[in-house]
Amino acid sequence: MNVTLTVNGEPRTAEGVRVHENLLHLLRARLGLTGAKNACEQGECGSCTVRMDGRAVCACLVPAGQAEGADIRTVEGLAGEDRLSATQACFLRAGAVQCGFCTPGLLMSLGELLDEDPDPGEDVVRERIAGNLCRCTGYQKIVEAARLAASRPPGA
Amino acid sequence: MTGLLAHEGGGVGDSAPRPDGRLKVTGAFDYASDLTAPDMLHGATVRSPHACARITAVDVAEALALPGVRAVLTHEDVPGAKFYGLDVADQPVLAVGEVRYWGEPVAIVAAEDEDTARAAVALIKVGYEPLEALTDPRRAAFDPGAPRVHPDGNLVRYQPVRLGDPDRMHAEVVVIGEYEVGMQDQAPLGPEAALALPTGDGIEVRVATQALHTDRDQIAPCLGLPVDKVLVTLAGVGGAFGAREDLSVQVHAAMLALRTGRPVRMVLNRAESFVGHVHRHPARMRYEHGATSAGKLVYVKAEILLDGGAYTSSTNAVVGNAASMAVGPYEVAHAQIDAFGVRTNNPPCGAMRGFGAVQTCFAYESQMDKIAERVGLDPVEVRAINAVRQGSRIITGQRIDAPAPLAQMLYRARELPEPPPSGTEPTDLPGGVANVTRGEGVVRGTGYAVGIKNICFSEGYDDYSTARVQLSVVDGEPTALVHTAAAEVGQGGITIQAQIARTELGVDRVVLATPDTTVGSAGSTSASRQSYMTGGAVKVACEAVREQLLARLGSRVSADVSLVGGKVVSRRDGVIATIAEVLGDIVLEETREFHHHKTSSLDPQTGQGDSHTQFAFCVHRAVVDVDVELGLVKVVELAAVQDVGKIINRQSIEGQIHGGSAQGLGLALMEEIQVGEGVIRNPDFTDYLIPTSLDMPPMRMEILENADPRAPYGLRGVGEPPTLSSTPAVVAAIRAATGRPVTRVPVRPWDLVGV
Repeated sequence: MNVTLTVNGEPRTAEGVRVHENLLHLLRARLGLTGAKNACEQGECGSCTVRMDGRAVCACLVPAGQAEGADIRTVEGLAGEDRLSATQACFLRAGAVQCGFCTPGLLMSLGELLDEDPDPGEDVVRERIAGNLCRCTGYQKIVEAARLAASRPPGA
Repeated sequence: MTGLLAHEGGGVGDSAPRPDGRLKVTGAFDYASDLTAPDMLHGATVRSPHACARITAVDVAEALALPGVRAVLTHEDVPGAKFYGLDVADQPVLAVGEVRYWGEPVAIVAAEDEDTARAAVALIKVGYEPLEALTDPRRAAFDPGAPRVHPDGNLVRYQPVRLGDPDRMHAEVVVIGEYEVGMQDQAPLGPEAALALPTGDGIEVRVATQALHTDRDQIAPCLGLPVDKVLVTLAGVGGAFGAREDLSVQVHAAMLALRTGRPVRMVLNRAESFVGHVHRHPARMRYEHGATSAGKLVYVKAEILLDGGAYTSSTNAVVGNAASMAVGPYEVAHAQIDAFGVRTNNPPCGAMRGFGAVQTCFAYESQMDKIAERVGLDPVEVRAINAVRQGSRIITGQRIDAPAPLAQMLYRARELPEPPPSGTEPTDLPGGVANVTRGEGVVRGTGYAVGIKNICFSEGYDDYSTARVQLSVVDGEPTALVHTAAAEVGQGGITIQAQIARTELGVDRVVLATPDTTVGSAGSTSASRQSYMTGGAVKVACEAVREQLLARLGSRVSADVSLVGGKVVSRRDGVIATIAEVLGDIVLEETREFHHHKTSSLDPQTGQGDSHTQFAFCVHRAVVDVDVELGLVKVVELAAVQDVGKIINRQSIEGQIHGGSAQGLGLALMEEIQVGEGVIRNPDFTDYLIPTSLDMPPMRMEILENADPRAPYGLRGVGEPPTLSSTPAVVAAIRAATGRPVTRVPVRPWDLVGV
């Protein structure tokens, strides 16, 4: 089947999609967008988190056909031409990136949170990213990065 | 040459940002599992469903007939040596006649797409005659009638340590304990992955690994190629922690690429990853400590049994660490240690962060708390009065030459402010959002632990590193190009390589070449050694380049010049020249090897010897709340005090201490590969639990800088020590809260409620 969807603002069509395929495979293998990562493919690790019509979802749990017509945002769409988003910049400033495999998923989960609540407390941040596993950092600098991003004035 | 440009940040001592950071936050960083090549095939693996069986037949006809399948290979197709290994070549590339563990690779497939490759795997018919699996490490070590996992027997290494005469010593206090450590998985998020590309008369393997040359030197013989026909290039690594020290998909992908003449990518899925790399050795340990009534150690006896699973891997080094550091960072005059590493039909075990030292740390720290309780001392005090310091000798007779202010570190940990009582929100309490208590039955406890870890390889191994450094003018700006084969696995090795080049050469712009085997070996990114070894190599290569640069100034150079901010500066005369002027069009290049001081092997009978390169220490304090009715634990806070010798990059060091402590917390409370009759019952993240942001508490930490004069800049390896002490600190806190003995990790709810 063909699946037509919007990815990072661009209309895209994936051809020859098989019935059992998930959105993660569609993005990575058919559209060449490898920013969303495959670390477990069962919705446990959050490495493949993308925004689907605004909601943060595990792309591995979304059947590709369900993404027909959807507005998908991936980590590749976060930065401007030559400027990182505030959350991306704060991840670097806080030292929240080590191996970085979890980073794209975390950025998408936190993006949803910061859209809903521009100034979440540490407890809220920790609860929201509990579905995004990180094996390197012990999470502290990720939480710091989120707090740093939240405290930034809009557009900074 | 491809590489990363690092144009911001500072020199040694600054928290410079990661050179690969921008790529990683934009999704542009290529991990091994993201790689593609034109005309690429996909590989997949047929694995054994038995822990021990004879292979009676392999029928690949149906798989080969499947449209889209390009190759199906078995051990008969291995072009060269059929066995490999880090230490002993006892592991088959593909099973030869028998399988020794559940999940062992038997055959491999290349096909036009992943689905077809996996479909072909299902069509390959392997006949097995199951045999009795040897899964009890005690039988493997001590029962002469036990089945032999390998023809040369099951014992990989027995290492005794004999010091003084513990049998003749009288101790007023004797404490005995038996301890168990479960099988932990490194669980790096990035799966095992490689892309193999035929290069005419050889092969390039782009792979997520910890040690490029070690890989190359194992891959080449299996392919029947000379090492100069095998190029290993580092692909993006999604965490390692020891899991990438052994080969996984390297030879398989290369064999399929050579056979088909096309690029082949192999990526393991999560379930395969659990059998695609080695794990932390499970351990069974029996300890007897004798002490005076004042709490001073008189003697220590220990028997340590480490289950290495089906193949040797790094079991020799794990046993060496466990034996030599069996009593921990304590002074004791009499010791009798017997450490055994065996092969069984359990999943293969090898390197994981802190190996050998993690297991014994749980046991000896548990014993120290028992002594404290018996003699009525506080847990900090009993450790402080026995702690090693500079000039002490460990039980192998090796003197600790560098500063080791362990007692002060313990006191500093105790002085750190304690966390306030927990709140009443569900997330403040054990059980978290499951909302299982409102605070009734919840008790608090505090525990301490310390550990000692060897940094760099030990026992006479010359694990040198190599760096090639160029200095030239690029776009009008002096630029250093740093090329090493050191695997960047997330720890930030490239960040500090750039910092060292900036400090030594006085430039801002540094380009980090992609690590590959066209430069000399950097050894493995393990044993917390790359800052010391590759940091050292980059430093000496930069010094050689600087010497060349200054030689071009001839008589204008005096002894007091330095390179700062792109200029040659004399203390007396100020700026002599810009580096760009001195360089002009030329490119200066130097390659240097860096070797640490020599170490010796451990005597096979007495365990005596100066076997270690450097010692590092970390102290943890853990505060926990335990729901004693449900056996649930919440770690409220972890505090750490670690001596790093010299801070090269504070932010990176903090990240290592956070992450290492989290893995120790995981071992204490939740992480265990469940093995039944050799079969892994939980090869997925649903049932193998690693700490989440709600499990890991905020950390306080203090980082001390007591320089090791033999190490570059005085630095000490950082990555492993926190993984040792956080586990026993958490368990000590649980014991303090509950009064339960708790002798195994991970702690299970039923260990705490007594059902």
